Amino acid sequence: MEVEKIKGLKFAKKQDVAIVGAGMTTWKRRLNETGKELSYIAVKQALEEAGLTIDDIEMVVMGSAPDTFDGLHMKGEYLLDGSGGSDRPYMRVFVGGGTGVFAPIAGYWHVASGLADVCLVVCEEKMSSCHPHPQSGFKGIWDPILERPLTPNLIWIFALEMRRYMHVHNIKHEDIALVSVKNKRNALDHPCAQVAEKITVEDVLNSEPMALPVRRLDVSPPSDGAAALIMVAPHIARQLTDEPVWVDGVGWALDTTMWTNRDLYFPRYVAEAAKMAYKMAHITDPKKQIDVAEPYDPFDYKELHHMEGLGLARKGEAPILTKEGVTARDGDLPTCPSGGLLGVGNPIAATMGVKACELYWQLAYRAGKRQVAKEVTTGVCQAWGDLMQVGTVMVMSNKR
Amino acid sequence: MRVAVVGVGYSGFNANTPDLHWKEIMFEAAVRAYEDAGINPRRDVDSFITCAEDIWEGFAIFDEFVPDQLGAVLKPTCTICGDFLYGLATAYMHITSGLAEVAVVEAHSKASDILTFGEVIKFAMDPIWLRQIGNAHPYYFAALEMAQYINECCITEEQIASVVVKNKNNARLNPSAPYGGKVGIEDVLNSPMVFDPMRKIEIAPRADGAVVFVLANEEIAKKLTDSPVWLKGVGWWSETSNFDTMSFNAMYAAKAAKMAYKMAGITNAAKEVDFAEVDDRFAFKEIQHIEALGLSKRFETATLMVEGYFDRNGELPINVSGGNLGVGNLLEATGGQKALEVVLQLRGEAGKRQLSKAEVGVAQAWRYIPTASGAVAVFGV
Repeated sequence: MEVEKIKGLKFAKKQDVAIVGAGMTTWKRRLNETGKELSYIAVKQALEEAGLTIDDIEMVVMGSAPDTFDGLHMKGEYLLDGSGGSDRPYMRVFVGGGTGVFAPIAGYWHVASGLADVCLVVCEEKMSSCHPHPQSGFKGIWDPILERPLTPNLIWIFALEMRRYMHVHNIKHEDIALVSVKNKRNALDHPCAQVAEKITVEDVLNSEPMALPVRRLDVSPPSDGAAALIMVAPHIARQLTDEPVWVDGVGWALDTTMWTNRDLYFPRYVAEAAKMAYKMAHITDPKKQIDVAEPYDPFDYKELHHMEGLGLARKGEAPILTKEGVTARDGDLPTCPSGGLLGVGNPIAATMGVKACELYWQLAYRAGKRQVAKEVTTGVCQAWGDLMQVGTVMVMSNKR
Repeated sequence: MRVAVVGVGYSGFNANTPDLHWKEIMFEAAVRAYEDAGINPRRDVDSFITCAEDIWEGFAIFDEFVPDQLGAVLKPTCTICGDFLYGLATAYMHITSGLAEVAVVEAHSKASDILTFGEVIKFAMDPIWLRQIGNAHPYYFAALEMAQYINECCITEEQIASVVVKNKNNARLNPSAPYGGKVGIEDVLNSPMVFDPMRKIEIAPRADGAVVFVLANEEIAKKLTDSPVWLKGVGWWSETSNFDTMSFNAMYAAKAAKMAYKMAGITNAAKEVDFAEVDDRFAFKEIQHIEALGLSKRFETATLMVEGYFDRNGELPINVSGGNLGVGNLLEATGGQKALEVVLQLRGEAGKRQLSKAEVGVAQAWRYIPTASGAVAVFGV
């Protein structure tokens, strides 16, 4: 029997969801703190910003990417003390690198379903404990029969993807390097930044080759850090603040495992996820309706790639927009005003701090020196992960 | 908004499946569930949820390997690091928050691929405080909890043995339970004392298998089936996973049950629940969990167990499927097997082990050592 979809029922939530507080730790190599302590620092900040205590929290969502980094099985259970998950419903969600935006999506459904009125979302990652390098944690992400014998690493497949993207749209490395220059400079204003610096396109092109065309300055660093976000129901939001930021739409999609069978020049998974989120947020023309964007930028070409997936630029158009300064902090479409992963750092799941948290700060006009020049009402953040496979998208707005 | 189970499918459960890839196990369970629900996953399903832990699976990011065999490519698909019942709770939230009209939950176990089970569990312990303590197998931590529990509640060896006898014999009627057997009290008491006070036969052996559920909102459920099983309540709860500070009295089950019962409108569980499937991966845990679920009073449960109150033809049948002692430890699919049995009983499709009165059933699962986390689901017709 065929399922007939009921009209209008889709996206009929129990209650709206608002964000009232966020926090994050400084991102760097943090040998002195355990993951629990990192989570605690971020949670404490978020609670202070929201004006809540841990006793007000009803449920906790944890986001943390591969267990192999920390060398911990059931990492969620290990982290639950530090993140305030003890003595309450606590659930860990996981979509690889996409967890940075997926965890707040999970926070969204905890509140939107009416099961929780106050939900704390915590993301933590501690990569430095992985020896000799966090890359070795990625040895276990490949298909054991088809791929592991080739001893691949992540930089290689990104080199393949970057080359394909450059080839299809006839893009020069110089144009892509502009993203790295922009984001590292934006990060100079971020107090938590790990690799903020003033660099030029030449610096990127002359940096150490990793797997050509990918060079050292095209890549974000491994980091340790945590971030936290507090999502509440409307009646709680009204008590806490006059200007909450609302979650308008969420979307996520997972593409096939067989990444070798896909054309890598365009991230279909991001486009699908964006389609779902935009539909929910009633966004028909993202280019016009989105004021600020935080696409996932672990590599400089990835920011461009994801802007195209999010419909913020036509296919192949993102490098042109970057060159014209449209994506600068004072441009028409400020993109990664936080400094992104390239500038602030890349603690896989904890990148929520520069994606969902940053978007909240921008829309709440709490971003301080990083606040974009233009007036903002609607923004989008996005993360990506697994084997170039998952897209997670969240649309927020400071107007209802 | 009510949420219904419109399709169930499973594969297994087997002690060992060297001939099958875990993807094949998942595929088989998924196809059965889609057939049962009468849906096409590529067209009809809005959200797919897999319950998995990376290191059980032997991958760094297991989420990557989920979509193809479930028909979930380019669809909203995600992993929940928890038991199947956590996935069920997630699907419940997806449907009630309007994100999905039809959601699919999957969990599986390929425990036979794990060569060093005890070492994997050790990786879940705090690396500084706990992991280095001696060379003990982590089952010792369950034995410590058992020692405390049986002393506190004055439970005898024979009473614990009666749990094993009940479940192993129940499993003889379940064609998908690999560890059933005609076991008597004497057999249990003759089993070697491997982790004092725990005997070998009181520990559930591992098994392979997969469970897939299709859930839908009320409108779609009514189109798909005339007699849906309703997911009336879900609950989940965590306590610290540190042995030095956790309470050792299954608070996770009690609090999760409180949440689920409230949602389901159950005020007196002992009267309103007809039967339950509880986590019995260590025999004493069954007694502990029955108490935590409020199905009998503390200090009385073990006596009632011996008297046959929880037998298949008793007042309140527990683990009619054979429980984990009969079916096996299914890792994250444990709650899946429990929920599956409850749904089959409620539908009247449980074959030889069908109960005469089955209107409200409870499934409960724990996240296994070293955690104090767990989830509960209440189903009804």
